Amino acid sequence: MQIYLPIAEMPIDMFVVLGIGAAVGFISGMFGIGGGFLLTPALIFLGVPPAVVVATQAPQIAASSLTSTLAAWRKNAVDLKLGMALLAGGLIGTQLGVTFFNAMSRIGQLDTVIAVSYVVLLGVIGLLMLIESVGSVLAIGKTRAAAPKATRRWGERMPWRIRFERSGMTVSVIPLMLLALAVGFIGAVLGIGGGFIMVPALIYLFRVPTQIVVGTSSLQILVTMIAATILHAVTDRGVDLFLGSLLMVGSVFGAQFGARAGAHLRGEYFRLLLALLVFGVALRFGLDLVARPEHPFTASATETSR
Amino acid sequence: MKRLLALLLVFAAVPAARAETLVAAISRARVDITSNFTGAELAVFGSVERDAATIARATGYDVVVTVRGPRGAVTVREKKLFGPFWLNADARKYIAAPAFVSVLSNRALSEITAPELREKLRIGVDTQIAARPSARFRLDEEEPEFRAALLRIRRAQGLFSEHAEAVQLLTPTLFKATLHLPGTAPLGPYDIDVALFADGSQLARASLNFTVNKVGSEDAVAAFARRSPLLYGLSMVAIAMLVGWLASVIFRRD
Repeated sequence: MQIYLPIAEMPIDMFVVLGIGAAVGFISGMFGIGGGFLLTPALIFLGVPPAVVVATQAPQIAASSLTSTLAAWRKNAVDLKLGMALLAGGLIGTQLGVTFFNAMSRIGQLDTVIAVSYVVLLGVIGLLMLIESVGSVLAIGKTRAAAPKATRRWGERMPWRIRFERSGMTVSVIPLMLLALAVGFIGAVLGIGGGFIMVPALIYLFRVPTQIVVGTSSLQILVTMIAATILHAVTDRGVDLFLGSLLMVGSVFGAQFGARAGAHLRGEYFRLLLALLVFGVALRFGLDLVARPEHPFTASATETSR
Repeated sequence: MKRLLALLLVFAAVPAARAETLVAAISRARVDITSNFTGAELAVFGSVERDAATIARATGYDVVVTVRGPRGAVTVREKKLFGPFWLNADARKYIAAPAFVSVLSNRALSEITAPELREKLRIGVDTQIAARPSARFRLDEEEPEFRAALLRIRRAQGLFSEHAEAVQLLTPTLFKATLHLPGTAPLGPYDIDVALFADGSQLARASLNFTVNKVGSEDAVAAFARRSPLLYGLSMVAIAMLVGWLASVIFRRD
């Protein structure tokens, strides 16, 4: 059934949008990530203008992360203190990222900066995770996995240590803030929430338990995306009420099933799947950059006179 | 009979006397976009009026109806290989390119008139985008490639099209053109240009226009977003929170 989108100014099939929302919601609920890096190409493929896509996925991600956050909250799997520390760093990073983004688009070649960052960043993270998780999946049943160690020490020696009871760690706020700052920066430049960088970083660098990471990351994404929705509505005015509502109805249902599936998944398999997802996206962007395009020309409407 | 034929031949040989005039009308002056809009059909009717001194032409008339959508600037970029990477290298900007073009005719444009005349009279999709004069007054040899790419992209999107059988001649002097407007048709003012041909030359031209607008809930949402963006953003957040919360209540099993 077709419905006309008032801001995107095009008709779209309602059920296709609901389906895409559900699929992305499932993944985002499962891994505690926003899923923006999957939703963006899907909607652009359907012909929705990129500016509308970027702006409209913010409320959609906010809705599904509220559901994930509430689900995690009931299971006592949200570290509020950790979430707040990450948010504080993230806000500064986002501000820096937006400044950098605007500078790059003035120079031109923003597409390339985005594509290269995706490839390098996700490629490296994905590959490292893949190696680790394949190792630990193979090790299942062989030995009781040795307790994670060493990695956290450097953070523990720094000043301003805080005890995060829920995550079971005492760590300096300096590396945490730096991580959040970096994720906020990257997220703003790439137009994504950055959950898929935050989640593996918390798991691998800080050895926070997987369940807590998902809950805490959802909370952080929720707050970020509420802010992003309002910012987009006020500045570029690309938020489409109809498209956003359809996407969120699909995605909150998907997120429910995703969160449940994620909770029943062993940590090792969870990390392997996330590694494959991250590495897959890196590969896709890499191919786009290297493969001979079918048509070397692209057209974009700069402005339309009304 | 012989005399009549001779007379016709004389008329055909003499340059067209331009005695015909064209009267045209459109079935509606505005297309309203509602939430179930998926496209619209418009009809353009026209009649060829001859003054008393003009007699019927032996070959009959040809009608070309050109519909152009709102104009805007379009940038066309070309990717080139740099080392192992394909990057946007070169670009051309077209200042007032129509966002929609549909050319309706009673038979193939190539049968109606010669290519040079089509170019001059701007008949056909390929003539609708004007090359921007180079700022340095130099011949831009690569520009036609960019223009051809833009035409190809717009054709693939279904926004530029030619329909050689969309004009019906109901009688030798009365015609009807059917325009199909797709759901993705850009919003704004459209102009229609009706051209009358006979024997490969243009006899008369007429113009019409219509607009495509959002109405009802579509218009209300767009106006809300435009007039009070902060409130609009907050409402979107409120909907998101409601949907997210409802889902977690519905699915609560524990």
